[in-house]
Amino acid sequence: MVQTTGMLGEDGIHVDMGHLKSGEVNLGTSIMAINFKDGVILGADSRTTTGAYIANRVTDKLTRVHDTIWCCRSGSAADTQAVADIVQYHLGMYGITNDEAPTTQTAAAIFQELCYENKDALSAGIIIAGWDHRHGGQVYSIPLGGSLHKQAYSIGGSGSTYIYGYCDANWKENMTEQEGVKFVKGALQEAIKWDGSSGGVIRMVVLTKRGAERHLYLPDRNYEGPGMDRP
Amino acid sequence: MPGFDFSNHNRNLALHAKGVPLPKATSTGTTIVGALYDGGVVIAADTRATSGPIVADKNCEKLHYIAPQIWCAGAGTAADTEFTTALMSSNLELHSLSTGRKPRVVTVMTMLKQHLFRYQGHIGAYLVVAGCDPTGAHLFTVHAHGSTDKLPYVTMGSGSLAAMSVFETQWKPNLTRDEAVKLCANAIEAGIFNDLGSGSNVDVCVITKDNTQLMRNYLTPNTREKKMRDYKFQRGTTAVLNEKIITKEDITKYVTVQDMGDGEPGVGEKMEVDA
Repeated sequence: MVQTTGMLGEDGIHVDMGHLKSGEVNLGTSIMAINFKDGVILGADSRTTTGAYIANRVTDKLTRVHDTIWCCRSGSAADTQAVADIVQYHLGMYGITNDEAPTTQTAAAIFQELCYENKDALSAGIIIAGWDHRHGGQVYSIPLGGSLHKQAYSIGGSGSTYIYGYCDANWKENMTEQEGVKFVKGALQEAIKWDGSSGGVIRMVVLTKRGAERHLYLPDRNYEGPGMDRP
Repeated sequence: MPGFDFSNHNRNLALHAKGVPLPKATSTGTTIVGALYDGGVVIAADTRATSGPIVADKNCEKLHYIAPQIWCAGAGTAADTEFTTALMSSNLELHSLSTGRKPRVVTVMTMLKQHLFRYQGHIGAYLVVAGCDPTGAHLFTVHAHGSTDKLPYVTMGSGSLAAMSVFETQWKPNLTRDEAVKLCANAIEAGIFNDLGSGSNVDVCVITKDNTQLMRNYLTPNTREKKMRDYKFQRGTTAVLNEKIITKEDITKYVTVQDMGDGEPGVGEKMEVDA
């Protein structure tokens, strides 16, 4: 093969994901985040792979970067953990120095800065979703090149290709929390069903003015429970 | 651009492509495992080190000391696991001294992942980090590229598949100490017997809130049997056809012989023995 610049192929269009170093832990993933009436819902499968081996079947791809700002990670596990750790540090500093919680937009901007400036060294596809007092719920996505997109809902990872139709057909603005959970769960179930690199449990985080609430849905219960861990 | 410069690595790859051989590193084609139990955490490892197809060491130590209550099992490049754990141990001791607190397992895990991420996977250290601190018992895996996982039971190395099959069939919540040790030892044995990269003995380390117990060679399922026959030739098997004794005087024709001390032969060779 002719040596080409960076990660771009000879045609300058196709991105070479083969640059993932051998043995690197990969999040062949299904992730998504949606807006609903009272805030946002993040969802993810739980599979991490090293080649054909499942290195972790109960992974938590939903990562806290501030109390009510979370992200969904896809791509290299090492890269996305490193980026999320740095953003968590910056938002922690921001929260203390300004005596006010950062907005989701601020978090997304820090993510973008890191992902764009280091685009040659990173393989990270991140969805940021959060709730703040000024704007309520918001969803942002940062795909491979480091661009930033504000969206009503966002899907990502290798499994997302299978659920573009499902999401487009079933999406509604201003859903209730129940409807939102059903939408995310239904979409991720399909993604897990069709994508070999996705699987395991479905994890969800609901972000509202109440704070963050975690949900868990297990395949051995047909993804029906145990649901929310609220007492 | 920030970060390290890996151009020398790229040069070495180009050189290698042109036929220059790369030096061979001793790799610990390994089975390492860990499991949490009620009141502590157990880690275990096999003791085979390999260099390509050669067994470089039949009884090496893959359980590394980080702090009294934090230990690490290493797979991957032997030198890298050895030196990264030593570096973390050193830095953690200084950190512990400056904060005046007991070191925490998350601290080591974070230091390790940040160090390994900086080197973009060129440091081939795959580690199981385990220990007890004031916040409880913890178990992590750290991969060479800097990703980490937190799980109740973990396996790593070339024998990880064999070991995980034991965990996935036999693990249950709320294990006792003895059950956890037995389970981990079984998992390592699965690696020893079913993975070519792993072999020899089982090392186990049990860490609790107020005690650490390192059980070196906890199992030795590959001890060498005594040979059924003696293959040594008896004295006199080979007939002596002729004999010639060369005296010191003969040798002085060719080299200078100098007597040491009082002229007793081989004084320098004598060992000092306590009375």
